[in-house]
Amino acid sequence: MRAQHFCSACGKVQPAVPVDYFTFFGFPRKLDLDTGVLEKEFYALSRRLHPDVFAQAESIERAWSLEQSSMLNDAYRTLKDPIKRTEYLLRLEGVELEEQSKQATEKARATGELKKQVVPPDLLEEVFELNMHLEELRGQKKAGEDDPALLEEIGKAKLSLEEKYDALFDELKAEWKKWDAAVDSGREEDLMGIRDRMLDVLNRRNYIRNLVRDVNEAME
Amino acid sequence: MAKSDHIVGIDLGTTNSLVAYMQGDAPAVIPGEDGLNLVPSVVALDENNQIIVGNGARKYLIETSDRAVYSVKRLMGRGLEDIQEEMKLFPFRLADDLLAGEVLRIKIGERTYTPPEISALILRQLKRNAERFFGGPVNKAVITVPAYFNDAQRQATKDAGRIAGLDVLRLVNEPTAASLAYGLDKRKNGIVAVYDLGGGTFDISILKLHDGIFEVVATNGDTHLGGDDIDNLLIAIAIDDIRGDLGIDVRRNGEAVQRIRKAVIEAKIALSSQPTAKLEVDLPGDKKYRREISRDDFERMIQPVIERTIAPAKQALKDAGLKPAQIDEVVLVGGSTRIPKVRQLVQDLFERVPHTDLNPDEVVALGAAVQANILGGGSEVTKEMLLLDVTPLSLGIEVAGGVTDKIILRNSTIPASATQYYTTQVDGQTNVAIHVLQGERELARDCRSLARFDLKGVPPMTAGMPRIEVKFLIDANGILHVSAREQRSGKQAEIDVQPSYGLTDEQVENMLLESFDYAEEDFRQRQVIEARREADTILAALAKGKKNDAWQELSSDERRRVETLEKALIAVKEGDNYQAIREAIDALNQATMRLAELMMDTAVSTALKGKAMDDTGIEEGQQAGHPVAKAEFK
Repeated sequence: MRAQHFCSACGKVQPAVPVDYFTFFGFPRKLDLDTGVLEKEFYALSRRLHPDVFAQAESIERAWSLEQSSMLNDAYRTLKDPIKRTEYLLRLEGVELEEQSKQATEKARATGELKKQVVPPDLLEEVFELNMHLEELRGQKKAGEDDPALLEEIGKAKLSLEEKYDALFDELKAEWKKWDAAVDSGREEDLMGIRDRMLDVLNRRNYIRNLVRDVNEAME
Repeated sequence: MAKSDHIVGIDLGTTNSLVAYMQGDAPAVIPGEDGLNLVPSVVALDENNQIIVGNGARKYLIETSDRAVYSVKRLMGRGLEDIQEEMKLFPFRLADDLLAGEVLRIKIGERTYTPPEISALILRQLKRNAERFFGGPVNKAVITVPAYFNDAQRQATKDAGRIAGLDVLRLVNEPTAASLAYGLDKRKNGIVAVYDLGGGTFDISILKLHDGIFEVVATNGDTHLGGDDIDNLLIAIAIDDIRGDLGIDVRRNGEAVQRIRKAVIEAKIALSSQPTAKLEVDLPGDKKYRREISRDDFERMIQPVIERTIAPAKQALKDAGLKPAQIDEVVLVGGSTRIPKVRQLVQDLFERVPHTDLNPDEVVALGAAVQANILGGGSEVTKEMLLLDVTPLSLGIEVAGGVTDKIILRNSTIPASATQYYTTQVDGQTNVAIHVLQGERELARDCRSLARFDLKGVPPMTAGMPRIEVKFLIDANGILHVSAREQRSGKQAEIDVQPSYGLTDEQVENMLLESFDYAEEDFRQRQVIEARREADTILAALAKGKKNDAWQELSSDERRRVETLEKALIAVKEGDNYQAIREAIDALNQATMRLAELMMDTAVSTALKGKAMDDTGIEEGQQAGHPVAKAEFK
C-alpha cells in the first residue's frame, strides 16, 4: 500500500506522513528491487509532487509539496543505490549502523589513532602481507627509491581485493533473494539470520573498500 | 494566467544581463529601449547622482571609473576575507568602515551599496524594460544563478530580486536553464553535458533527459573562473609591457587600466574570428601602446585559465558514473565558449562536437523564460517539462574536533532533507549552538560557513536528556531552511539565524524601502531636470520669435498674455516643483500657438521671396512643425 500523497476525493497534495521509504513508494520491504520500476514511479510522482507544479498554489499546498517532494527525493536516492537500500532496510530492522561507525570514528578522533577495524578472518593473511608491502613502499618513497617488483606485487594484491569486493556484492544479492523469499513466505525466524549475514557482508565490503583506498593513496 | 501577470526569465550575468519571456511556443529576449538584447551589468552614477545601468553606464567606466562598477556578481554572498584575490584585479572600492564578517559595501561616487543592491539596480532596469515592452507591470521572475553558487550566493541573488521589487519564483541553475532552451525543440531522450563558461563563472552539468523530465545527475564548477580571468591576464601582460617598453607604471591609473581593459576585450573577441588582432591604447602623456597578438600567442596565454575547467568537468563525469563516450550531446553556453580553443578543449574532453546553434549569450535567459512559463502553469509546448535539479555542494555540520559531518551529499536531487538529533552537555542547558557548513572538505574551517544557529528555549533537563530534532531542508532554489523541535516536550525550538555573509530579512526590508525612496527621489529629480530643459527650449524659441515680424502681427493683448506667461515660466523653472513648471510650459505653449503659425507663414513667404532661412528665426530641420509647440514632444 502506497502512502496517501494525494486526497482521494479531489486529488490535491496532502501533508507528508512519516512513513518508511518503501511504503512511500508503495513497495514491500524487499531488497531485490527493480530499479526501472522505481525510476518510473519516481518520475511519475515527481510530476505530481514537485514544487514547480505548485508555484501558483496556496502557500499551505506549496509547503506540503516541498515536504512531500523532499521526502520523495530522499527515498529515491536511498532506494536506487543497492548498498544504501540494504543499509536502510537493516536500520529499519533495528541495526544501528551509523551508531557503530560513529562511535568508532569519534573514539579514533579522541585518541588520535587510526580507526581500528576488525580484519575479516578470511583476509587475515592477505592483509598482513599487503600492509607489510605498503610499509615498504612508503619507506622507499621517502628515500626516493623505486622498486617495480614491489609495485607489481601490490598491484596484484589490489586486483585480488577488487575481485573479492565484486564477489561480495554478488554474495549480498544472494542474501537479498533469501530475504525476499522469507518475507514472502512469512518465515520470520529466517530473517534474523539473513539480516546478520547481510551485515557481515557489508562490513567486509567496507573493510576492503578502505583498504583499496589506502593502497591507492600509497601508490599515488 | 491573467494577461497582466507576466512572469519573466532573467539571466543576471557577470558581464551582461537579459530578460526574456515565452512568446507563444518559443522564448524570446526582450530588448531594451536602445533596441539591444544585452544589458551590460554595469552600474554608474552620473554627475547629477542619477543611477545609470547598462550601455549608458559603460562610458563612465573609462571617464570616471570611481563612479561605475562592473562584475559585481563576483562579490555576491561573499565576505571581506573571500575577495582578496578579486581586489587585486578589479577596481572595486570598498566602504572605509567595513568590518570582517559584514556584508560588503561598495562605493560608487560618494554613495555605498551592497552587492545585492547593485544587482537589484540591474534587475530593476530589466524589469523596466519588460514593463515598457508589455505596457504593464512585471512583478514575478525566474532568475538564473551559476549551478555552483553556494547558499549565501543564492540567498544574495534572491535578496537582490526582492530589493528590485520582484517576487523571485525560482532560482534556476544557468546550465540547467540552457538545457531547457535546447531541449524545447530537440525533444530527445539521452545524456546531455552543458559546458558553461561565462564572464565570471564556470559550470558543468550533466543531465538525463527522459520524456520531458530534465534530471540533473551531477554538477560541478568554479564560481571564480571566466572571461574576466582571461581579460585580467591580458591586462597584466599589457601593463608589464607598458612598463618595459614605455617606462610608465599605469597600475594605479584607473582610467588607463579601463582603456587597456576595453582594448584587450576587443582583441579577445576579434581573435575568435581572426588570426591576429591589434591592441592600441592611448595612454596619459600622449603615449600610445601598440601590440599585435596572434591567435597562437593568445591561445598559449589563456591555456592555464581554460585548463582549469578540466578537473571540474572530469569530477562531474565521475560523480555521474559516466564515461565521455556515454554523453550523447554537449551544449556550449556563455560568451567565453566562442573562443575556438575552448571549443577544442570541450571537444577533446567529451569526444563530441558541441552544439552551438543557440546564441551562447542568450540561451540561459531563454531557458529561464521556459522555466517561468512552466511555473506559470505551462503551455502546450512546456506541459510535459519538469526540471529536477541538484545541490552542487554537500551540506554539513561541525562536530567535535572541528570536523565536518556531511548530512546532505552534493548532487542530491532537490528539494532534499536531512534530520539530525542533538542533546545537551550540561544540566539545565537551554541553548544549543549549531554551525552549518557547505563544501566537500573534511575540516570545518576549509568549508564555507553558511550560518550559525542557536536553538533556544530547550526545556531545562538533565544533561543528555533532551532530544532535539533538527530538520535541514534544501528547497528547489538550492536554499537551506532549518527547523527544530524538542521531542520529549514537543516544543518547537526557536532558531536564531546568523547568516555568515548574508543580509537579514530586516536589512533586505530596509533596502527595499530605501530603494523605493531613492527611486522616487531619482524619478522626481529626473522629471524636474527634463522639464527645466524643456522650459529653456521654449523660452529660447520665444526669444527668437519676438524678433520675427510675426510677433508684431499679434494683438497687443496676445503679446501681453504671452509675456506674462513667459515671466511666470522663468519664475517657476528654477524651483523644484515639477507640476508648476509643467503647467507653466503648457500655458505658454498654448499662448504661443498663433505666433508659431504666423511664423510658419512668414517663413514660407520669405522663402518664396528668396530670403535666406537664417533670417526667419526658424532653425534648420524645424520647418515641418511650429518651433514652439514642438518642444512638447521632446
